[in-house]
Amino acid sequence: MMQEARQSSSRDSLLRVENLVVEYAVGGKTIHAVSDVSLQVARGETLGLVGESGCGKSTLGRAVLQLRRPVSGRVLFDGQDLTAMQGDSLRRIRRRVQLIFQDPIASLNPRRRIGDIIAEPLVISGVKDPKKRQELVCEVLSAVGLDPGLVIERLPHEFSGGQCQRICIARALVLNPEFVICDEPVSALDVSIRAQILNLLEDMKARFGLTLLFIAHDLAVVKAVSDRVAVMYLGRLCEVGPSEQLFAKPAHHYTALLIEAIPVPDPDVRPAETVAVGEPPSPIAPPSGCRFRTRCPRADQRCIDEVPELRPVAPDQFAACHHPLIATA
Amino acid sequence: MSDPVLLSVEGVAVDLPTPRGNLRAVDQVDLRIGAGRTLGVVGESGCGKTMLSRAILQLLPRKARLSGRVMFDGQDLVRLEPEQLRKLRGRSIAVVFQDPMTSLNPVLTIGTQLIETLQEHLELGALAAKKRSAELLAAVGIPAPEQRLMQYPHQLSGGMRQRVAIAIALSCEPKLLIADEPTTALDVTVQAQILDLLAREQRRRHMAMILITHDLGVVAGRTDEVAVMYAGRVVERAPTPELFKRMRMPYTEALLAAIPKIDAAPHTPLPAISGRPPDPTRPIQGCSFSPRCRYAASRCFREKPLLADADRLDHQYACFHPIQVAAGICA
Ligand SMILES: Nc1ncnc2c1ncn2[C@@H]1O[C@H](COP(=O)(O)OP(=O)(O)OP(=O)(O)O)[C@@H](O)[C@H]1O
Ligand code: SF4
Ligand code: SF4
Ligand SMILES: [Mg+2]
Repeated sequence: MMQEARQSSSRDSLLRVENLVVEYAVGGKTIHAVSDVSLQVARGETLGLVGESGCGKSTLGRAVLQLRRPVSGRVLFDGQDLTAMQGDSLRRIRRRVQLIFQDPIASLNPRRRIGDIIAEPLVISGVKDPKKRQELVCEVLSAVGLDPGLVIERLPHEFSGGQCQRICIARALVLNPEFVICDEPVSALDVSIRAQILNLLEDMKARFGLTLLFIAHDLAVVKAVSDRVAVMYLGRLCEVGPSEQLFAKPAHHYTALLIEAIPVPDPDVRPAETVAVGEPPSPIAPPSGCRFRTRCPRADQRCIDEVPELRPVAPDQFAACHHPLIATA
Repeated sequence: MSDPVLLSVEGVAVDLPTPRGNLRAVDQVDLRIGAGRTLGVVGESGCGKTMLSRAILQLLPRKARLSGRVMFDGQDLVRLEPEQLRKLRGRSIAVVFQDPMTSLNPVLTIGTQLIETLQEHLELGALAAKKRSAELLAAVGIPAPEQRLMQYPHQLSGGMRQRVAIAIALSCEPKLLIADEPTTALDVTVQAQILDLLAREQRRRHMAMILITHDLGVVAGRTDEVAVMYAGRVVERAPTPELFKRMRMPYTEALLAAIPKIDAAPHTPLPAISGRPPDPTRPIQGCSFSPRCRYAASRCFREKPLLADADRLDHQYACFHPIQVAAGICA
């Protein structure tokens, strides 16, 4: 608990995740999807969450919403522990927290008109007056840059991936939430459309006063929108810190590897040759000690024996590494 | 380019009949690639990159109409018999797709698939083919290759499957490898590994490679030349360093600007390209980029700019108002 208190003491946190553990049982085996993760997101902040496929980012997002119940740990939203809630009280909280998914087309019901798709959360949360619903739907569609008159009667397949993502964003915002979890919202989109959606998310954040958890595997995308970034590897948190600082001076070897792997659009910058050795091991039998040790150039006996704890390495920056790349403060 | 021309695409167009009318997927494309050279083909989804690669491979949908010539090693592939084509594909021209499962058979082991390819094209004996298969897996960075030969594709991660697909593609020492978005479905770290692997094998085998992607960042350090496509056409083409130093086409500039830069401060608004590519069944009268171009002037809406002859820096572009480059460099 000490650890989160130190992650950011100055600001009022809207979300606090404490020692969260999430597991899946598959064929008699246990997948350690999220292991002892603690984070917090301050009101009005965007926290980026990065890591390779399968490291548990989506699982963490779903466990925050209690769509997947954690094995242990707490999720405090505005001071209330969601893990202890059931039924109605949980549903009420969920109105304040929304989720946007990676695959915009697949997350829209193909047989329903856009107007109905966006009005659905309003129906569920008891907005009975159809006129009022229509009004709110039109308002939110305009906010995301779509013309309500041209959109509400149509079906999802008539829209491109970028437009579908705008529709998903509209659906997430129609209830006026405080917190939005964006799970890889631009990974399926082309570079040009990606920039439009990232800009839109930034606008919406300012306009609706949102707090965001922004999940992605692309560090450059995450940096573009995040105040702070958390790096995950195989279910554990490696490092967390202010975006700029983290990119300029990563402390964890895994963060450094992720940064080196970003393709640079400049022919004079030769890609670093095979920085990224190997692939993540199985989350069914994660390595002892530091889970990154099987790919880390700096690993030694201590990394095999001892799980590294998240420790401060610079102001507001924390890393879970026995041999951090920057001298410990 | 001193290397002899291996592939030359001449005036290639691909038309597809659709319920909404004719769709021109590829429009008068000319490209050449020398033996052992790498060409990057860049553009947004739907701009015709994949149709172009399928036109080269003669793997177009049945209803598609192809015009133009595809000269490979002295033969026009458009005129070859299906049997000759089948021999050529996999032997002299190989391909790696975005989704490795396109080229892998889910019900056969990795070993069976590699060994069959080797036996079919190279007429190797069973034992020699098996030995060669293990060597190939090792060459593409798969640990414990002998054991992997007995595994099925679903038992491997996405990155491993793509390595296997590359091993199969490389197995017959092709002269040309077409890699169509080979890393788009993969994580950044795995992407870097696969791109390094392709670059290394390309150099080692002196094989020509066409690398197709929507990300200019991917081609920057890894190709000799780049062709940028938009709405079925090549709109800019240049040696890679020249393209990045002196881009002339507003579309290329916009594509580059839209990539989030790792050294930019957080919350910097991205210069997005407004709108989206035109509907290919509704061709635009003037420059196809004109509805989205910030430099567009009246002529751009009336006339279609053609790809101009290459200048002395071997640079071509199709634009009436190209971006001005610093005086003195391009006098
Ligand atoms: N419903 C499920 N049942 C069983 N295992 C699951 C389930 N969902 C996820 N997993 C496993 O849990 C681990 C974490 O998965 P998760 O989807 O959270 O990762 P991720 O970081 O979001 O990956 P990606 O970048 O691919 O979206 C993986 O090993 C995954 O295979
Ligand atoms: S704890 Fe050890 S293995 Fe893990 S990142 Fe640090 S040095 Fe590498
Ligand atoms: S021809 Fe005109 S519209 Fe087309 S890219 Fe050039 S300036 Fe833009
Ligand atoms: Mg995920």
